[in-house]
Amino acid sequence: MSLSVPRPCGQFRTRYRDDMTIFATPFARYSCVLGVILVALAPLVLDTYYLNLMIQIGYYGIAALGLNILVGFTGQISLGHSAFFGFGAFAATYLNNNYGIPVWLAIPLAGVWTTAVGMIFGIPAARIKGLYLAIATLASQFILEDFFARADWFSGGSYGALANPFELFGFAFDTDQSFLYVVLFYVVVMYVAAANLMRSRDGRALVAIRDHYLSAEIMGINLTRYRILSFGISSFYAGVGGALFGVYLGFVSVEAFNILLSIQFLGMIIIGGLSSIAGTLMGAAFMVLLPEVMEGGVDLLNQSVGGEIPALASGLAFLKQMAIGLAIVLFLIFEPDGLIHRWRLIKAYWKLYPFSY
Amino acid sequence: MNWELLFQLVVNGLIVGTIYGVVAMCFVLIYKASQIVNFAQGEFLLIGAWVCWWFLTEFDLPFVWGFLFTLIFMMIFGVLLQIVVLRPMIGEPIISVIMVTIGLSIFFQALMNWMFGVFVQPYPPIFETKSVDVLGLNVQPVYLLGMAVSVVVMVVFAWFFKFSRIGLAMRATAFDQQVAQSLGISIKQVFALSWAISAMVSALAGVVIGVVNGVSSALSFIGIKVFPAVIVGGLDSIIGAVVGGLIIGVLENVAEFTDSQWLNVGNLYTIAPFYVLIIILMVKPYGLFGTEDIERI
Repeated sequence: MSLSVPRPCGQFRTRYRDDMTIFATPFARYSCVLGVILVALAPLVLDTYYLNLMIQIGYYGIAALGLNILVGFTGQISLGHSAFFGFGAFAATYLNNNYGIPVWLAIPLAGVWTTAVGMIFGIPAARIKGLYLAIATLASQFILEDFFARADWFSGGSYGALANPFELFGFAFDTDQSFLYVVLFYVVVMYVAAANLMRSRDGRALVAIRDHYLSAEIMGINLTRYRILSFGISSFYAGVGGALFGVYLGFVSVEAFNILLSIQFLGMIIIGGLSSIAGTLMGAAFMVLLPEVMEGGVDLLNQSVGGEIPALASGLAFLKQMAIGLAIVLFLIFEPDGLIHRWRLIKAYWKLYPFSY
Repeated sequence: MNWELLFQLVVNGLIVGTIYGVVAMCFVLIYKASQIVNFAQGEFLLIGAWVCWWFLTEFDLPFVWGFLFTLIFMMIFGVLLQIVVLRPMIGEPIISVIMVTIGLSIFFQALMNWMFGVFVQPYPPIFETKSVDVLGLNVQPVYLLGMAVSVVVMVVFAWFFKFSRIGLAMRATAFDQQVAQSLGISIKQVFALSWAISAMVSALAGVVIGVVNGVSSALSFIGIKVFPAVIVGGLDSIIGAVVGGLIIGVLENVAEFTDSQWLNVGNLYTIAPFYVLIIILMVKPYGLFGTEDIERI
């Protein structure tokens, strides 16, 4: 082919290898790397308020990615994700405080522990699905929450547990500036791992189960094994996210891991886009930023009135919760494919601009 | 062994169980008619109880009128909710439908907390006497009223689905939507009606509990308690819902009894139903009366 023949616009892949890449185009790959570099440079310019938000997006994003593997890719439903998130947080502090395991090792170990617990609670998934599974995981949420409140030896009971800061080679990552790098490292590792998982045989098996579980079984996929495996992977992500959460805050207490957080995780993946890895991060960002934006909006309203509106000031916590509920409902009605779908539309529009025909 | 306490607790359990049964019935009604799992059932109770309380305290209406207005409000509310939010969800995957009702539930929970505060508010007293004597037990008359109302609701439900024209239409829709449609039944009306009935009866249960214990956001937890009840009874069986409700009500109280007498673990009252739920799902996923889901390949 000579250079004078114009290459048609768009992606025309001719080999399976091309179709299996993580990034569709070199541009996507470079922009991801650029994004990571920009986040790594953020502590130089941004103050702790924004760094705190970025760290939150990071650990919630990791846990939400686990849920997306379970719900979006495998088609199971879990209403108990925050319990596993909490288990990871408690497990990390427990391992660190009782066995003196350094925090950097305790975080992945907490993930492994949570995997084991998640697989136990995933056993019902071998027999039941859909709605029944949703209710079973709802029960596991309450059972685990009750366990945290009761097991003084593990979680410190109602008093909670103190967590030590992340330390590596004698350097403590105890400020927002330094901890951002820890979270960034985990986000990159976990997201790349998930993207690779979905390109592998096991990942395709999960997707096959979601699309049609009977066909999948006929094609030789062991349903029980993969359903429980999916619960395990999802719990691993939740455990690691939770461990980072605990280490970052320095204090873990039962009240943080209630059913509302589980719903927020589900909200993240629905708003971001089910079965989309990049969308999960968008959804996590949306869920973390929504309350902040609302607070800013209420501040603006107060300023424009020239005083505090008592109903808004006292009800801000409820307003935030309402916004979360409303966001989930509105997204499901108007944009069931989530933010990632919007993003794809924008990309498709600009890809062939200005000759989009 | 304290037999008297156990007996008292079992009676308590039966009374609470009838209310669980009524709420579970509303849940099953929506599930059967429109294949939607309503995670916002508890919020129906909450909204009903708060609205009735508001009518009674703000406008000083007599109880009967306040209650009637509440029912009318809930009917409109249920129909609107179905039309505005749930109708676009027809044909969507089950996770979306579940999430919509969960979203609604946390929305209304927060809205009610915002509007009416987080503290328990007592209803104006309805009966003069403090307690009546039944079989040597002290029972508050409101409890008896609650039980009586629940039983009446159950009988009306039974009559409605067995003999009334609309009830038959609803059963036909539950059985097969396409066939029902071809026989001239308006599916839209049936859906809207099932939500309206469910909202009204839930509000009734909410008001009964509100009269007994006062209104607070704790009411919405009944909506979660309903899940063990419906799973025990079978998700698509109205009779199963009633039986499941009674079982869970008694079980809770017996669990509390064993807890206080021997185990001393605490909090078994709230958590025992969920253990039972998991066990039932592992052993007999379709409950006592539910129809087994047989799939054709």
